[in-house]
Amino acid sequence: MKYEAVIGLEIHAQLLTDTKIFCGCSTSFGREPNTQTCPVCIGMPGVLPVLNRKAVEFAIMAGLAMNCKIAPYSRFARKNYFYPDLPKGYQISQYELPICQQGYLDIEVDGVRRRVGITRIHMEEDAGKNIHEKDSSLVDLNRAGVPLLEIVTEPDIRTPREAAVFMRKLRTILRYLGICDGNMEQGSLRCDANVSVRPEGSEGFGTKTEIKNINSFRFVEKALEYEINRQIKLISQGESVVQETRLWDSSAGKTYSMRSKEEAHDYRYFPEPDLVPLEIPREWVDEIKGRLPELPDEKKTRFIKEYSLPEYDAEVLTEERTVAEWFEEAVRLGGNPKKVSNWMMTELLRLLNEHEKEITDIPLTPSHLVKILDLIEKGTISGTIGKKVFSEVFLTGKDPEVVVKEKGLLQITDTSELEKMVDEVLKNNSKEVERYKKGETKLLGFFVGQVMKASRGKANPKIVNELLKQKLSES
Amino acid sequence: MQLHWLELTEASELLRKKEITPTDLLSALLKRIEETDRKVRAYVTVTEEYAYRRIEEIEQSDSSGILWGLPIAVKDNICTKGIKTTCSSKILEGFIPPYESTATERMLREGYVLVGKTNLDEFAMGSSTENSGFFVTSNPWNLDRVPGGSSGGSAAAVASGMALAAIGSDTGGSIRQPAAFCGVVGLKPTYGRVSRFGLVAFASSLDQIGPITRSVRDAALLMNVISGHDPHDSTSAAVEVPDFTETIKRSIKGLKIGVPREYFVEGLNPEVEGAVREAIKVLQGLGAEAVDISLPHTSYAVATYYILATSEASSNLARYDGVKYGFRAKGSSLIDMYMETRAQGFGQEVKRRIMLGTYALSAGYYEAYYRKAQQVRTLIKMDFERAFEDVDIIVTPTTPTPAFSIGEKISDPLQMYLNDIFTISVNLAGVPAISVPCGFSSEGLPIGLQIIGRHFDEETVLRAAYNYEQQTEWHKRRPPL
Repeated sequence: MKYEAVIGLEIHAQLLTDTKIFCGCSTSFGREPNTQTCPVCIGMPGVLPVLNRKAVEFAIMAGLAMNCKIAPYSRFARKNYFYPDLPKGYQISQYELPICQQGYLDIEVDGVRRRVGITRIHMEEDAGKNIHEKDSSLVDLNRAGVPLLEIVTEPDIRTPREAAVFMRKLRTILRYLGICDGNMEQGSLRCDANVSVRPEGSEGFGTKTEIKNINSFRFVEKALEYEINRQIKLISQGESVVQETRLWDSSAGKTYSMRSKEEAHDYRYFPEPDLVPLEIPREWVDEIKGRLPELPDEKKTRFIKEYSLPEYDAEVLTEERTVAEWFEEAVRLGGNPKKVSNWMMTELLRLLNEHEKEITDIPLTPSHLVKILDLIEKGTISGTIGKKVFSEVFLTGKDPEVVVKEKGLLQITDTSELEKMVDEVLKNNSKEVERYKKGETKLLGFFVGQVMKASRGKANPKIVNELLKQKLSES
Repeated sequence: MQLHWLELTEASELLRKKEITPTDLLSALLKRIEETDRKVRAYVTVTEEYAYRRIEEIEQSDSSGILWGLPIAVKDNICTKGIKTTCSSKILEGFIPPYESTATERMLREGYVLVGKTNLDEFAMGSSTENSGFFVTSNPWNLDRVPGGSSGGSAAAVASGMALAAIGSDTGGSIRQPAAFCGVVGLKPTYGRVSRFGLVAFASSLDQIGPITRSVRDAALLMNVISGHDPHDSTSAAVEVPDFTETIKRSIKGLKIGVPREYFVEGLNPEVEGAVREAIKVLQGLGAEAVDISLPHTSYAVATYYILATSEASSNLARYDGVKYGFRAKGSSLIDMYMETRAQGFGQEVKRRIMLGTYALSAGYYEAYYRKAQQVRTLIKMDFERAFEDVDIIVTPTTPTPAFSIGEKISDPLQMYLNDIFTISVNLAGVPAISVPCGFSSEGLPIGLQIIGRHFDEETVLRAAYNYEQQTEWHKRRPPL
């Protein structure tokens, strides 16, 4: 029998507010333990939470970007449980009345579009961190009170691949909005998955498990694949899936049982009496809507239309808002869109990857690229040299023309000088010349390559080509 | 002149005229505490050293503050920076808040001198101060009687001349009931009138800080200082604060008084009823008009309160887990440490309420208990709203009986809870109410009159109380200590 998976995701996104959700402490990452704390976020007696307006604004932005309804009236609730990293013994979250509901995101996998429903998005505070040592455990509360969005999808996802694509899309949107850095490895974006399997074509749901601790985009797919196979195997063997929470172990590539349904917490949610209900006026939502940035889907469509880019190019270029903006700046400065796109997708993204840099922290600017393209266009340098210049400017931020001059990279267009090189090459490769003459004309490329090599890339390939053809047909 | 018996307003006048100094006042009070607190046991901490230093500090600065040089006691569930705050609980052993409550911060700005932190029922849970984790406070009028609770220490200190005034907190009657039992004035403001920042939470949606004083005028004076919106408390309201010391002086002619029939029923002590009926006549004599009214959901108030207050408490008290501050018991594992800490650190009543509240919020019971109680709370609130369409204030006894004996109700929680039957609805509705002395029982115990007002209408409540007080001498009696 063929099975299909039913997957729903619960995503936690740390918001990039300067201060925590209920106090004025800094949210900065990587500081000395327990230095970003105050009586409010460490839950001292008698203190009270005060909601961070920016966190609400970010939640509204996320809701709008994911096509949600923004609730004019929502409430905070307490989620009660004991854990050392939870200083109050409860987490302030939202339960019955979340801020955003009933949205969706469209994803595309192998040309097939799927609409994934967003059940709800709510605000809550993060917990601290327990650090376990040999004989004791320590608690760091710097993270306690950092604002989080919990985004819950409908069980609309069918394959691990779709789940991964959804997560990437979500990350792109959150980064576009500038409300979350989307770093799964560092935990600023976290994903739990609810998964069950059922015979393909059936409508009911199988027993689900919840997978926690999926801490990279790669593992979203891996963990789900493992879990789906595990469930299918159980069912095909006549056994049944147990409803439970399972932990993904990335080093073993397996999920492990963490706690059963019976051991599940009773969180005793009730409305948070220390905060008044959150009332969001329509005007505020409209105002935020008015200044939302262009989102990846719209941008992609526009790039295809406006710059006649292939869909693939538009997709890659719009994955990061900063990359898309870099592209548009280069085009605005006169760069040919397709050429700019080619250079960015090959050279620029490769270099960024190699050097582990963001596009925002390199000295190379769109204007540099346009200049390089110009130099190639005018024949001042060859494309190959252009790549060298590009790498140099990427590291130094020097003017491309200066680089060309300093390194003596000007293209050789002087025919007599090139002729010498061509003659030399033909002389040194007499065997190949023989073969060429016997009809092996594809060797032309070989000769061009040799001349380019001899000129250390500076020869004008067009002239070299012509010269070679001429010389080889002569004798 | 016995300085320790002065009202705030009188003492302030003498200080202003330089007839006495803040040190004179403080010394008189400390002497009185030394003589009297052995018997009454109102204080958890007497801040003698701090208070003398504080006087040096305020003498250097501007003496125009409303409370300049006035020694006032603070209930020990209100955080005072650098001074231990115990909630009369073992679990807060060694806890010294690094912050000041907004209410006392405002008092500090007006130049008050903290004289000590007063005893209470542990975490403000109780009606007799017998639930203190440390010791029982006695009623100054009869040392075998309870002072009421949970602000029993504050009321007893004011009544016995050990503080010119005090600050308490009221969740279900914890200011008004001890004020009635001790023969002093106690006001529970409208929910949201006074910031709760720094008040250690018992039941967040009901708790409110308020004054306990020797006169209505003093209560008005303290209300002028502690009222108003606080950015640190989202539930504090941005409602204008009038000068209560001025508005109290206006007449109550034509004021309409509601007398709810549900508050004059079986179980009400005849002497209490007599005193309250007499008080109503006094108010009528001042030109007020009394009418019978009904608050039909009154009988559900105690049950509703004990679900909502305990639910909130079960969550509010979760932070006392031995991990970060206060008492920590040894345990063989984390869970064991939690359980031992809480088992040893909390007293019986606190544990009882945590369990009740945990139960009421549990899956499967939430709808039947917590949600139902919230619905009934709305009905009780509507009772008051409807009544206040016709009347300006509502007058009732503060308690069904005068102060009961120490030990009398401690083993019967339900009887203890029923003692708050007349004060609890006010907290559920969020309206303001005051208790003022209105007589004495044949045994010489004080009786309290409760005056309830509309939301944020402390003005009328205080005005009615002041006008009444001007006609009577009850508040001038002092216990025979």
